Amino acid sequence: EFRRFSLERSKPGKFEEFYGLLQHVHKIPNVDVLVGYTDIHGDLLPINNDDNYHKAVSTANPLLRIFIQRKEDADYSAFGTDTMTRKKNVLSNVLRPDNHKKKPHIVISMPQDFRPVSSIIDVDILPETHRRVRLYKYGTDKPLGFYIRDGSSVRVTPHGLEKVPGIFISRLVPGGLAQSTGLLAVNDEVLEVNGIEVSGKSLDQVTDMMIANSRNLIITVRPANQRNNVVRNSRTSGSSGQSTESSLPSSTPNMLGSLLQGEEESDEEDIIIEDSGEPQQIPKAAPTSESIESLSQIELLHESAQNGFLPSSEMNLNHSTGSISMEYEVPDPGRKSLEEDGTIITL
Amino acid sequence: MRRFLRPGHDPVRERLKRDLFQFNKTVEHGFPHQPSALGYSPFLRLMAIGTRSGAIKLYGAPGVEFMGLHEENNTVMQIHFLPDQCQLVTLLDDNSLHLWSLKQHGGASELREEHRFTLKGPPGSPPSATQVTAVLPHSSREVLYLGTESGNIFVVELPSFRVLEDRTISPEAVLQRIPEDNCNRRSCELVEALREHPKNPDQILIGYSRGLIVLWDLQNNKATHHFLGSQQLENLYWQRDGSKFISCHYDGSYSQWPVSSDNRQPEPLENTVPYGPFPCKAISKIYWQTTKNGLPYIIFQGGMPRASYGDRHSISVIHGSQQTAFDFTSRVIDFFIIFSSDPAAEFDDPSALVVLAEEELVVIDLKSAGWPAVHPPYLASLHCSAITCSHHVSNIPLKLWERIISAGSKQNIHYSSMPWPIDGGTNIAPDPPQRDLLLTGHEDGTVRFWDASGVCLHLLYKLSTVRVFLTDADPNDNMNTLGEDEWPPLRKVGTFDPYSDDPRLGIQKIYLCKYSGYLAVAGTAGQVLVMELNDEDAEHVVDHAEADLLQDQEGYRWKGHEKLKTREGPVRFEAGFQPFVLVQCQPPAVVTSLALHSEWKLVAFGTSHGFGLFDHQQKRLVFVKCTLHPSDQLALEGPLSRVKSLKKSLRQSFRRIRRSRVSSRKRRGGGGNASEVQEANAKFDQDALQEMELAPVQRKIEARSAEDSFTGFVRTLYFADTFLRDSSRHCPSLWAGTNGGTVYAFCLRVPPAERRMDEPVRAEQAKEIQLMHRAPVVGILVLDGRSTPLPEPLEVAHDLSKSPDMQGSHQLLVVSEEQFKVFTLPKVSSKLKLKLTALEGCRVRKVTVANFGSCKTDDYSENDLAVLTNLGDIQIISLPFLKLQIRYPCIRKEDVSGIASCVFTKYGQGFYLISPSEFERFSLSTKWLVEPRCIVDMPEVTSNNHVHNKSGTENAARKSSPGDYGEDERKSGRLMEHALLNDEKVLKEIQSTLEGGR
Repeated sequence: EFRRFSLERSKPGKFEEFYGLLQHVHKIPNVDVLVGYTDIHGDLLPINNDDNYHKAVSTANPLLRIFIQRKEDADYSAFGTDTMTRKKNVLSNVLRPDNHKKKPHIVISMPQDFRPVSSIIDVDILPETHRRVRLYKYGTDKPLGFYIRDGSSVRVTPHGLEKVPGIFISRLVPGGLAQSTGLLAVNDEVLEVNGIEVSGKSLDQVTDMMIANSRNLIITVRPANQRNNVVRNSRTSGSSGQSTESSLPSSTPNMLGSLLQGEEESDEEDIIIEDSGEPQQIPKAAPTSESIESLSQIELLHESAQNGFLPSSEMNLNHSTGSISMEYEVPDPGRKSLEEDGTIITL
Repeated sequence: MRRFLRPGHDPVRERLKRDLFQFNKTVEHGFPHQPSALGYSPFLRLMAIGTRSGAIKLYGAPGVEFMGLHEENNTVMQIHFLPDQCQLVTLLDDNSLHLWSLKQHGGASELREEHRFTLKGPPGSPPSATQVTAVLPHSSREVLYLGTESGNIFVVELPSFRVLEDRTISPEAVLQRIPEDNCNRRSCELVEALREHPKNPDQILIGYSRGLIVLWDLQNNKATHHFLGSQQLENLYWQRDGSKFISCHYDGSYSQWPVSSDNRQPEPLENTVPYGPFPCKAISKIYWQTTKNGLPYIIFQGGMPRASYGDRHSISVIHGSQQTAFDFTSRVIDFFIIFSSDPAAEFDDPSALVVLAEEELVVIDLKSAGWPAVHPPYLASLHCSAITCSHHVSNIPLKLWERIISAGSKQNIHYSSMPWPIDGGTNIAPDPPQRDLLLTGHEDGTVRFWDASGVCLHLLYKLSTVRVFLTDADPNDNMNTLGEDEWPPLRKVGTFDPYSDDPRLGIQKIYLCKYSGYLAVAGTAGQVLVMELNDEDAEHVVDHAEADLLQDQEGYRWKGHEKLKTREGPVRFEAGFQPFVLVQCQPPAVVTSLALHSEWKLVAFGTSHGFGLFDHQQKRLVFVKCTLHPSDQLALEGPLSRVKSLKKSLRQSFRRIRRSRVSSRKRRGGGGNASEVQEANAKFDQDALQEMELAPVQRKIEARSAEDSFTGFVRTLYFADTFLRDSSRHCPSLWAGTNGGTVYAFCLRVPPAERRMDEPVRAEQAKEIQLMHRAPVVGILVLDGRSTPLPEPLEVAHDLSKSPDMQGSHQLLVVSEEQFKVFTLPKVSSKLKLKLTALEGCRVRKVTVANFGSCKTDDYSENDLAVLTNLGDIQIISLPFLKLQIRYPCIRKEDVSGIASCVFTKYGQGFYLISPSEFERFSLSTKWLVEPRCIVDMPEVTSNNHVHNKSGTENAARKSSPGDYGEDERKSGRLMEHALLNDEKVLKEIQSTLEGGR
């Protein structure tokens, strides 16, 4: 059934209120529903928090088309990019649940429970032949799952074509993180690890670099298969561009680049237990907790040298702090192991 | 973009860095790996040793040493000094000859290769025609006589190496003068020996392999005498007056031949088989030395009865009724006799026998009764028992130094008091700046104390921990060498003994407090000994305690070795370091970290299971902490021990292979058995390499998880008086870092000195830090309010350090294999970090704080971290800002044992093993540089060429001086290592698979 109602674009209010309004409009006060909308590209995207609610309202053109599904028989797979092309299918899926028999899908958790697993980043600053992939490693539930080997690749140099040693992905472990992203493949040449070029480094060095960065591994590869490369002509695509699993909706690719830094900073916080008390994340030594400048000059310089980016602006870092919470699992008191017990302290 | 942002481009700092840091490999200590040739110049009183890797090392008076390296890295077969010259000729196994000279340059002598030459035969001739077997530098200094396999003797002019073809002595020419019935063409195959007549330079003695010996007149180009030996010839030796010569033979016999003008074809005066009548091994070299009293010294190598003593490496000395067969611990490479070199002297009057064995140098005093050994001031066999760990202590107080020397001198009473007989050259290096001790722990449970102040690494004192324990082989049993049969009169000499009775005795960690003389030593079976220096022999009971590191962990079974059994009752200890406390960890796993605080009288120790703290004053265990991760439990019970033992056995079997290769590589023409072993080894090498090539080299990328094995392994322990709990009161603390990236901090309560025995030491855990990257913690350090590392215990009490700043806030530096992190104290918040591995892909193997002084001004010095990575690079990282200052490649990354053996000093020097028996010394400092600097006098000014440095142990040290001398040393050092590389391919491969197994 369809309902049509109006909202004040400038003052959309909170998601909670909107959710209440929907339940009220549809007269389903105690039914859990999943809310989605189609954006300007026709992608079906979820509305489940203030941010994406505001985004949805602000981009409504002028109509905001909203889909509501019962939570229990919701089709999560409907969300995502390129849903425009599958629009019909999506709608039929939504409207006729019996279609599911055709192609049984895996029920995963709610979109708000999603965390990024991998992403393609810095699309705008890299040559089209390269791909920078970020793998997010959480806990120990899923192995990173790939192997690298020595090899040789051909480079164009001032002296013509030259064969140079290179590092290649040699194997993907079935079911591993690397394989499940679909962004890395056997024989892809590894060019950089977290912003550091691997040329001139030995296989063991690159292995150590990758392992040292394994909690937030960013590898730049030259894919063996160059046919799936990003074609960069629509800069306006915004959030749901071509990167299939980019799940940081509000960031432009440029910001993703800057984000690396902030997140890298935060995701390695060590843990301290004082006097056999509760484990806590070790904070940054900083005179004032809000000021970003509190990171000492040395640190900034150092980090920038590390990642190859200019010292980030206050805004960028704020962004990163905003996204920290996304990276952490909800504290689970039942867990034994130390590292997952920590409460989160952000700047 | 990154390039422009890279820190450290402050020009002032850059200039300062140049004044502070400089990398030099300065000198090699110890015994050359795989020696292959020996030479001696009685004129220069210098000895030369050549090795299988093409190195040549010259030694004279202590501190006088030179090193050269043949570019080809081929085995040095023979070394001959040119008579009365500062020159020598080497023959390599590729049949090339090399002329080396000692020349003065910039005030010091240098060894330089001047010419090289390979004998070429006429076109089409077989290679054997020019294969050099014997070299004779003629006393005219103008020519070299080269005996070959073909029997031809070529004459080459020096120094040009021009072949004088018209002077070639061909077998045909020789045979013309010899009756046909006795000889044929085959008699003149292969020249075994060439000897110049001691009185008449125009006559040379030619010995052919099949037994024919000819005295050749160079003037008239004809044979004047010939001597028909019935046995295959091994070597020849002229008597001093030239009236007789000795030949020695393959069947173990030697003959004395008269040389007189009336008999041109004499029979031997005497033909003896000294160890007959049963078949004997060959006598490969013989000396006949005359003395004033008429009784000659007959000294020969080999000749032992083949069946019962054929495996002995012996040199026999016969003097009248005295006869001793010195029985060496390894194969004899060569030997020489030091005797009167004055040509006018009537007798040889031998003073010393110098023997180069494969694993050590032995010098026998022939002047003193009983022929005792002389204690060499250099060329020490570091590996007499395999080195298991090392510990360096800089700037030893004079008092302790003297006490150690005095303890050591009591151990050396059986050595001869003869001054070191090889005393050529003059040491012109300044005295060493300070007294440094290098302590090496060995597989057999001993700790050796080396004087590492100067160029000569010299053994001061040897400590054995074996006495404390009950072992299968009682040390007292080993002493009775009299148990040998009377005949042959064998006498064991030398110290090389790589076979350990019980591997559990091995020393793993050493900590010496130079102020108090307390020494803590920990070993393979979880034993920790605390010792005290006592100048007298003493008999006492060693207090014994057990530390159960598993505490209440249930269901754990240790599958490794048992703990060592201790001796009941009082034990007698000789003067020196005497143990008074023994702590045995339970389970008896190898001790992986050790710290001693001599002021608080505490010793901390860690194993793969946990760590403990022992009060050695009250002799009471303060606490233990189990570091096993709960999830580790299963792994440790089950497969771990197998994993461990597999790795271990691989390593061990490799070590065995290497060892067997060391001992089996014999000179060409050695026993048939040796060549078989060699062949087998070569086959093994090839198989191993092939296997490696077939296996795809790939590396798994996987995050470290908490469940990884070995996380509980305690890697580092550290005592600090710092602000652990609150910022107003500091207290003693103990810090421990594990393989799993955990740091534990314990707050200690040590009673004041006056109540030290009355109140117990208490400890309470105050902090536990888990590094999220989980890399092994290899170093912990507290920086005081001025960002200076806290001083060592008792350092302040002895006025040798400023007291630490207890006003400002302290900082904690945690070094893991991957990152350097600075935290604030007492509230732990992270301040700075350097992610080394993420940036460079290298991991920290060794780290230490080193003090660097400026070479320009005496008043500037700073503390930095000296870091050795798994790639063999050395990096200097500033404190407290953790900025990389400089990086030097130092050790080949494949040389895992070299990297593992590296030890830094507190003043920016270091040592690492380049072979089982040699330490390379390097310096990172512009200020502290210990390297040889010496002069060997040229013949023109030689009337007084034996001026030498009498002070045996005062050696060379030199503050940096510009000039290309250091450059050369460095270059040759690198080449030397490269040479050793050839031999360790398999090591590299196996190690890399072990490393890659993660």
